[in-house]
Amino acid sequence: MAAMTTARPKSGPSEGRPSVVQTFLSRHGGMMPTFAAVAILILLFIGGEIFLRGDFIKPLTISNLLINYAYLLVLAVGMTFVILTGGIDLSVGSVMAFTGMLGAKLLADGLPVGIAVPAMLLGGAAIGLFIGILVQYFGVQPFIASLAGLFLGRGLAFIVSLNSIKVEDPAVLWLQSTRIKVGDWVITPTGIIALITVAIAAFVLHLTRFGRTIYAIGGSEQSARLMGLKVGRTKIAAYVISGTCAGLAGLLLTAYSNAGYPRNGIGTELDAIAAVVIGGTLLTGGRGYVLGSMIGVFVYGTIKTIINFMGAEQAWMQIIVGSLLLLFIVVQRAIVARAEGRR
Amino acid sequence: MDEVRPLLELTGATVRFGADAALDRVDFRLYPGEVHSLMGENGAGKSTLIKAITGALAMDEGELRLAGERVSFATPHEAQASGISTVYQEIELLPNLSVAENVFLGREPRRGGVVSRRLMRERAAAVLEDLGLTLDPASLLGTHSVAVQQLVAIARAISADVRVLVLDEPTSSLDLDEVAELFRVIRELKARGVAILFVSHFLDQVYELADRITVLRDGELVGEYLTGELLRIDLVQKMLGREIGEVRARGRVSEDDAEDGSAAVLRARGVSVAHGVAGADVDLAEGEVLGVAGLLGSGRTSLAHALTGVAHLESGVIRIESTDARLDSPRHAISLGVVYSSENRRRDGIVAELSVVDNITLALQSERGVFRRIPPARRRELAASWVDALDIRPPDLDRPVGTLSGGNQQKVLLARLLALSPRVLVLDEPTRGIDVGAKVEIQNLVSELADNGMSVVFISAELEEVLRVGDRVAVMRDGRIVETVAAADLTTDSLLALVAQPGEGED
Repeated sequence: MAAMTTARPKSGPSEGRPSVVQTFLSRHGGMMPTFAAVAILILLFIGGEIFLRGDFIKPLTISNLLINYAYLLVLAVGMTFVILTGGIDLSVGSVMAFTGMLGAKLLADGLPVGIAVPAMLLGGAAIGLFIGILVQYFGVQPFIASLAGLFLGRGLAFIVSLNSIKVEDPAVLWLQSTRIKVGDWVITPTGIIALITVAIAAFVLHLTRFGRTIYAIGGSEQSARLMGLKVGRTKIAAYVISGTCAGLAGLLLTAYSNAGYPRNGIGTELDAIAAVVIGGTLLTGGRGYVLGSMIGVFVYGTIKTIINFMGAEQAWMQIIVGSLLLLFIVVQRAIVARAEGRR
Repeated sequence: MDEVRPLLELTGATVRFGADAALDRVDFRLYPGEVHSLMGENGAGKSTLIKAITGALAMDEGELRLAGERVSFATPHEAQASGISTVYQEIELLPNLSVAENVFLGREPRRGGVVSRRLMRERAAAVLEDLGLTLDPASLLGTHSVAVQQLVAIARAISADVRVLVLDEPTSSLDLDEVAELFRVIRELKARGVAILFVSHFLDQVYELADRITVLRDGELVGEYLTGELLRIDLVQKMLGREIGEVRARGRVSEDDAEDGSAAVLRARGVSVAHGVAGADVDLAEGEVLGVAGLLGSGRTSLAHALTGVAHLESGVIRIESTDARLDSPRHAISLGVVYSSENRRRDGIVAELSVVDNITLALQSERGVFRRIPPARRRELAASWVDALDIRPPDLDRPVGTLSGGNQQKVLLARLLALSPRVLVLDEPTRGIDVGAKVEIQNLVSELADNGMSVVFISAELEEVLRVGDRVAVMRDGRIVETVAAADLTTDSLLALVAQPGEGED
């Protein structure tokens, strides 16, 4: 409303050449929260270095981020798709537990990896499809639909087994136990899988019609529909992707812990959401980057590492992540409010 | 022209909502290379007809032919694929994506399945160039003004292989320069052989642009006319189907009264609002209508906000009834008898889902507070009396206001404000987007209220209207009131000159 009344120069046909900064801001203004996340990550590293007297910034610490949080990174990638459409997926933590249990059980029953792993991914995709259909065709709020998915996933995990199932399949264990060394840097196959997931997601979101439709829906579902975009299909696909990522995360977590455990990942969906938001994706949808989500996961992991190094209470983890989340949401609101004020 | 075959031909179009026919056996033709205007009051069936053409709505009967071939569209997407593009009144674009993407979304240039951003930017730049816009195609749409966004919407429409372009009230958010720009583009498209359906409430624009006019009334076809052969008064008469109620001549407040500061109900001195209005002086006498004229962005809405406690004053004083009032909220202003009706009726005015009764009694109840509930019977009685007094149609108290026509929504809004028995009524574009008949009714209502002693600030983009309703006219430019002139001393042309005068003319 303010824009209708302000007497400001029109940004229109008769404008002079704008400065480089103006051009950058008008093109990539939406990246600011992601830059902020990078800044916070750097600050955390510097802070860690100072507190721990030079024992923090070293290849191993950074390598460990990817070794320990590969599963969270994959969850955050799937979550980014859903949040970009303006939705939310609360089911991923329990879907990850379910698929982990499913895989462990199938392997324990003697089925080959070639069946167990696709079954995990398909199990996750199926729950995602279920949520997507609820959201799209039954008009259920994403929050509620994915809450149903959360209970479903957790219940299914307990149906598979009430106790943890040990995994002894060498192929699955190989994913985490192999250490590929490049100088002082270390990476596991799980980390490579997570990075590939990020790369594929970034490609899909930015360079395919499907990806741009995801952004369009987040901007305005009504407009996207009037523009003739395939809104329904794309929205369901976003939940299927999130479910599939949860299935993949189930595999990575199973490899990491050598077992499927039905109580895995309680509350992990909130960690994934926190990482996505800290990484600069707007909860209202339409703005954000999957690379930002990766930064968000690293911020999350770094805070946890620092707290471990300091030997402080784990409760501080929750408080710090909570505060950061709050800070980022306030920053995002300010950015959105400014953008609206300008129009 | 009649030898040419129509590009788009609609015959016997009928659309029913329940028992009511929104469109009753209407024929409509659109020739290539013409601008065809669809006219009618709200509820005449214009939007229904547009929706039937663009595939947003299925017809119950009738057939649609495109270039002689029978077609039927299930979705807007199918219509688009056949070359029928639509630009809506509300901009239906995505502020979070780049200009180029907004132009090409859904049919991005691709190389091997991969969207080519470079190609998309280049093509977007070319399309925008065609429209005379030099705009960074990679910039986010949301960083541009509403008018530029509207032009981007048109760029989107014409970037496809467009044969029929439907423009539904495209000018309602544009100022004069931008309208001229848009018209240039429309004429160019017309020269290229595009058939253009142009819907606008502004008669001037219709007469400037349209080759042919089709008039609808109550869902029925009144007739199709060549613009040059249809007098304006005849057109309005055909739209209304009755003689237009003459705007009642009202006794103008004499110059003396207006000049005499002591009689002022509302008096503002040096009022400034950040990024809006600077150093504005306003005097409003009892029973006076002060018209405010100015272009979009001239500060007219800011002025209204300043006078009604909506915006925070940077400096200046407002006196109401000879006491200084530091208006810090609309609520405070209302308690002092100053009420405001927003230009954005749908967003800041009516509550679309609530009934007519609820909407009318909303402000009154809020004024009384939670604990002094107006008894339901009293509420209905009150609402019924306003529905009757303002002739709100249909006179159904329980109908959700969102289902009424624009003019009737505006009346409901007025009823809500009038129920507060205000002393000063600030109306920001009360007749925007409503049909001619309702417009005249609202103008008459304002005059009547003023005759009964109410003071009114009447803001409008339509100069004729400001002149007709106002006793005096405050002309705004670049956030300042540049002149306040008695309406009797002005003609539309002289007012236009005042409003449009370029900034260099001032010292």
